[in-house]
Amino acid sequence: MYNSGRALADLCSERKISISELVLIEEMENTNMDRESVLERLDEVLSIMENSSSYSLSNKVETLGGIIGGEGRKMMEYLLSGDTVTGEWIIKAMARAFACSEYNASMGKICAAPTAGSCGIIPAAILTVGEKFSLDRDVLLKGLLVSSGLGKIISENATVSGAEGGCQAECGAAAAMAAAAIVEMRGGSPEQSLHAASIALKNIMGLICDPIAGLVESPCSKRNASGVVNAMISADMALSGVESIVPFDEVVEAMYNVGLGMHQNFKETAKGGIAITETGLKLAEKIK
Amino acid sequence: MKRINSIFDVLGPVMIGPSSSHTAGAARLGKIARYAAEKDVKSVKIYLHGSFAETAKGHGTEKALAAGILGMEPYDERLRRSLEIADESGVDIEFEAVEIRGAHPNTARFHITRSDGSLVTVTGASIGGGAVMVTEINGFDVEITGEYYTIITKHVDIKGIISKVTTLLARNNVNIGNMKVRRNVNMKEASMIIETDENVDPDVVEEIRSLDEMLSLIVIKPVKEAENV
Repeated sequence: MYNSGRALADLCSERKISISELVLIEEMENTNMDRESVLERLDEVLSIMENSSSYSLSNKVETLGGIIGGEGRKMMEYLLSGDTVTGEWIIKAMARAFACSEYNASMGKICAAPTAGSCGIIPAAILTVGEKFSLDRDVLLKGLLVSSGLGKIISENATVSGAEGGCQAECGAAAAMAAAAIVEMRGGSPEQSLHAASIALKNIMGLICDPIAGLVESPCSKRNASGVVNAMISADMALSGVESIVPFDEVVEAMYNVGLGMHQNFKETAKGGIAITETGLKLAEKIK
Repeated sequence: MKRINSIFDVLGPVMIGPSSSHTAGAARLGKIARYAAEKDVKSVKIYLHGSFAETAKGHGTEKALAAGILGMEPYDERLRRSLEIADESGVDIEFEAVEIRGAHPNTARFHITRSDGSLVTVTGASIGGGAVMVTEINGFDVEITGEYYTIITKHVDIKGIISKVTTLLARNNVNIGNMKVRRNVNMKEASMIIETDENVDPDVVEEIRSLDEMLSLIVIKPVKEAENV
């Protein structure tokens, strides 16, 4: 049983297993499902993610609020047009995250990861890293297991709800979960996974949740796109040996405290930030 | 902070977007209301309060509530077309924005008319991440999360009725997780809200329903149960 990052890493080193294996064993114990059933269900989650992060790259969809749309496709066209500033894999990851957000906003079928508003980050990270390194499907499932283990710790010690902790709690948690997953998928240690998650969470600590018209569209989809990049760079930092000065559990606690201290206007109420800019308010009026 | 029992509570729910609270939770509320009406919904008026009223359109909240009323799961792709489907199947659904004092910002109140003309009322809120809390059924205060199998009775308030019901459950190997007993204002009718660890066999439910003192009985099945996609 783990309920902190420290306990997770200690259990992994005691039993000489990876985070994904530990999370899988605990899931089997908690739910009385056998290994195959857990992996099968996880495989279905992955299939849903594959579809939700690619559908709007080749199909036009209409979002409910009509504020966003077509950003994922634009990124892919831009990639094909020639040289980009950041390169193929960052662009592809952003395109997937955009696509997933757009699919969600148009009432597509998605998997909340950990929330619907942040549903693009983990699929974009895992699928893009999987594609780049031609990883087998079972490695992608391991990535999902690592993500959910970290997500459990953040949920139990802080929050993943924008209404409670701001965007840092949703897109921050998703980026931390994704960063830890990438590290294991690339052969990093459990300790490195925790460093990556800490770095990702620190990178957007304090970010408010300020959706225009209260809808999961803007600025949410762009924060999914930047969220996956946050996960990727945090994973690269950890894999290079860079460490988080502050341990994961303390970072999670800090994030929670920042969330609790955040004014209500900045927690999904559409009463602050981008939501109440002149343009934000105009759009909100139009949608009503 | 909340306790996580399964990784599929972190990676999940699998749902039709865009919002776990305004879409998936709304569908679950609709489903509980459908159970409360014993799956017999001729028409329904749904009152929306707070954020449910203000952002319903952009979150597909009305479609999700209607989908639940029709028995659809939060991940059912037909959810997008639920209002048309209701139309086609002759279920009349109306929405109205209201102000319910002291209610949670994501609250919906259902006034359901069944085919025999009887009225069923349900009030509940979507409290985040797709989780729900139903606070009223047919005028009785309840606290139902939809995670457990729940039996709600309305019975004549006389001695011994509680033990009759609990004995029937025990004899059939059902463990009670939570139980509340309420009495209505005129003191002649009372209600039991029983949450059980196991699903109760339909025959046992019928046995309880046919007790002389029983006026009515509602079964709310766990709404997350069918969502293991």
